[in-house]
Amino acid sequence: MKGYISKISGPTIHAEIQGLKLYELVFIGKKKLIGEVVKLEKNKAIIQIYEETKGLSIGETVTASGKQLSVTLGPGLLSQIYDGLQRPLEKIKIQTGNFINISGIVDPIDFDKKWKITPTKKEGDNIKYGDILGFTYEGSFKHYITTPIGISGEIKMINTDSFSLRDSVCELKDGTKIYAFQHWPVRLQKHYKTKKAPLIPIITGQRILDFLFPLARGGCAIIPGGFGTGKTILEQTIAKFSDVDIVIYAGCGERGNEMADLLCEFKELKDHRSNEILLKRTVFIANTSNMPVAAREASIYTAVAIGEYYRDMGYNVLLLADSLSRWAEALREISSSLEEMPGEEGYPTYLASRLSSFIERAGTVTTLSGKEGSLSMILSVSPPGGDFTEPVTQALLRTTGCFYMLDSDLANSRHFPAINWFQSFSLYKDVLVKYFNEHISADWENIISRCVNILKKEDALREIIELVGHEGLQDSDRLLIACGDKIKADFLSQNAYSEDAYSSPENTFKTIKNFVVQYDDLVNKLNISKEK
Amino acid sequence: MKLYEQQNKSISCISGELIYVSNVFSASIGEIVYISTENNLVMEGEVLSIDKDTALIQVYGSARGISANTTTITFTNLLKQAPLSLKILNRSFDGSFAPIDNMPTYIPDKWASITGFPINPSARIPPEEFIETGISSIDGLNTLVKGQKLPIFSCAGLPSKEVAAMILSNSRLRDRNKKFAVVFAALGLTFYEFSFYIDIIKSMKTNYVTFINMADDPVLQRLLAPRYALTVSEYLAFDMGMDVLVLVTDMTNYCDALREISNAREELPGRRGYPGYLYSDLSSIYERAGRISGVEGSITMIPIVTMPEDDITHPIPDLTGYITEGQLVLSKELHSQGIFPPIDVLPSLSRLMQQGIGEDRTRNDHRRITNGLYKFYAKGVNLRKLEAIVGREGVPADDQKLLEFATSFEAQFVNQHHERRTIIDTLEIGISLLDEYKLTY
Repeated sequence: MKGYISKISGPTIHAEIQGLKLYELVFIGKKKLIGEVVKLEKNKAIIQIYEETKGLSIGETVTASGKQLSVTLGPGLLSQIYDGLQRPLEKIKIQTGNFINISGIVDPIDFDKKWKITPTKKEGDNIKYGDILGFTYEGSFKHYITTPIGISGEIKMINTDSFSLRDSVCELKDGTKIYAFQHWPVRLQKHYKTKKAPLIPIITGQRILDFLFPLARGGCAIIPGGFGTGKTILEQTIAKFSDVDIVIYAGCGERGNEMADLLCEFKELKDHRSNEILLKRTVFIANTSNMPVAAREASIYTAVAIGEYYRDMGYNVLLLADSLSRWAEALREISSSLEEMPGEEGYPTYLASRLSSFIERAGTVTTLSGKEGSLSMILSVSPPGGDFTEPVTQALLRTTGCFYMLDSDLANSRHFPAINWFQSFSLYKDVLVKYFNEHISADWENIISRCVNILKKEDALREIIELVGHEGLQDSDRLLIACGDKIKADFLSQNAYSEDAYSSPENTFKTIKNFVVQYDDLVNKLNISKEK
Repeated sequence: MKLYEQQNKSISCISGELIYVSNVFSASIGEIVYISTENNLVMEGEVLSIDKDTALIQVYGSARGISANTTTITFTNLLKQAPLSLKILNRSFDGSFAPIDNMPTYIPDKWASITGFPINPSARIPPEEFIETGISSIDGLNTLVKGQKLPIFSCAGLPSKEVAAMILSNSRLRDRNKKFAVVFAALGLTFYEFSFYIDIIKSMKTNYVTFINMADDPVLQRLLAPRYALTVSEYLAFDMGMDVLVLVTDMTNYCDALREISNAREELPGRRGYPGYLYSDLSSIYERAGRISGVEGSITMIPIVTMPEDDITHPIPDLTGYITEGQLVLSKELHSQGIFPPIDVLPSLSRLMQQGIGEDRTRNDHRRITNGLYKFYAKGVNLRKLEAIVGREGVPADDQKLLEFATSFEAQFVNQHHERRTIIDTLEIGISLLDEYKLTY
């Protein structure tokens, strides 16, 4: 199917073409730019182009592809770095040099690499959608090969040796060939059997998070903060230390230098649990701010689809996206080029529903093959002017489970992570406290309330000090101030560049318990000396 | 290199700097067109959008003199490009790349599209090489590194140009033998500021290239000048292996120009009337700074942003801060006390500092000194609020010490007038201040 461009305006084109489907992927012009059909009229399609449109002319061809915007899923995804459309940046570097000057589709995984399969099914077995056929090793991870959607039947032949992605791994009686890779439309949630309530925490190694605002496996947290409050550093630290199996890191509209820094670090740093370099458990999606805007919009979907793929193998996956505000801005830019009616602050009115359906892709699930996997999300938000009343933060607050509010006052006094301990919250707290009570210490819940209590009282005292000065305080109040200072300086703050960057939950608990016990001791002594 | 040209006389509408041309046979987005009037005046323009056979063209400069009947439009089938050659060094151009130094144009070795291509994130290497600016509050507390983009946030009336000039003329790389060049893009500059900068740049004895768009030059050229400057910088850095320092002043004028043009194009306005794509547009400029693995050169960028109404949450400084790797904030209060450079170290930040300091780069105790100075100065400044209420006497003795420390820190560490300090001087001043007040760090 072919047609012609009749109108170009920014990243949106109109084409005279018939027979396209909504959200179908199309190729445009000589350079085969990637586009997606966003609106259909009689004899006309409105197409959103995912690449730079400079140089595109009227009359160039539009070709249908017959499929939707999809990711290619198969062994070889780990340690890759992709752009927002899952094009491998390392490979593009070899093709076009240090600057990205490429259009069209590039194979995201190596189709020639040989993998060794260990089949779990045999000839004569009946299989259906989602069933595991066998596995291969991707680094130290078992990479399960599952039956793609729409396929079922009896196995005639199954590969028991090595294979490349070009070879079929399995053939059915009806002649259907099954390959070790599959395409999945990024905007569609991958199927699972059942979703379950989150019960187990992700240990991030960050004291303030694990202790005060724990995140559950399968949950979602947002980190809003003005510039310079340390969103990116916090996300990167969590990416390094969290006790999850696979990390998907989506740099969505952020800085190139930061991405380069992270890549370098991940090539060197070792996972403190498996002792393998971090890169081996990570997939990067890098659509920096100067890369095409529409691909930025697609990038978080590409990331989440890859995340769901590994979740379906029974892994605990953590998706980190930096930042959702840049994604929303891309959505706004696209919406305005489609001449849609704007909502609040120019964002399209479907901003909130898009965000909530994205966040709902997180969760702990029983997969089609009966395994247990989870996909958790930590999303940073960059509110303009650090003002949290803006639409993106507000829309996210309604669906998220944890809110880690970054405070510019704390950041200015170099207290990092600059998470405000009064404003932030975790909805999973009540459930997860039980876990910590059982697994770390029965005192966990009690110490939390003591700690929060001290911080609250200390904060109230600070206001009094502002009026009367330190001199007007009683000894017991000074003690409280000192204890609050200590908790803030040695417990709540944590230097991401030092040995202290990771703290196990046992250590976290020990530290805070010591502070509380010391404080109680001193209060007792003070009382005794008073009585005397 | 022009494959073919296509001429057209059917202008259907002229509105401001926008021209609608009908009966266009073929045109592409971003294509350059020449507009020739009956008295042989030739102007340049760019195709913004095309609907069937009607093209919308933006004129670079003023559309004065264009008539709907007699003007000819020539389609070049080319995107906007910049001529590149090493002969560009030590030359000055206006915002349309025309020489303003009374010298002829040169023969280019190559042409490159001025919008450039994004650097592949996997080809970048993180910036880590320390640049000594000679300013204590930068070198010591907000270290600049090669490949970084670090803006100066200023307010009207503050000496941002003197600070920029000081950085320009005092900056040194550790490796003195490397080829170094300054590229200066001036956007909407008044003549007074212009003459100040030109004197500084000419006195520097390093290679320079300037693109000057004066306050009364066409607004659209304000959008072109930084792109020319960066295309030239990319050529010098990544093709010729030079370390390039790009100074852009003033980004506020750039953003206002963008707003004006966007409004003329009848685009939907975003915050404060700026277009919704301001962030993407700014990053297409700022993100061209960096280093590339396996390539000698680098681009370091210092944009100057004047904060409208002194408001750091205004969209221009706000979005700039989200893209750049930190910011240097100038303070009215310090300036009024006669402190120069009046850099307020508390809201200032260099995100790439951690990589650029320490053993082998500056000195192994750098981080410790920085943290100490920062902590005690922040505490001291905080105590000033208390002091304002209860008076110096009401403040406990220990805290009085911090108050005095904060004042000395401003007077001795931040304040250095025009003297150049090496990083060792800076660190020693820091240590002696901390020791003087017996602060353990």
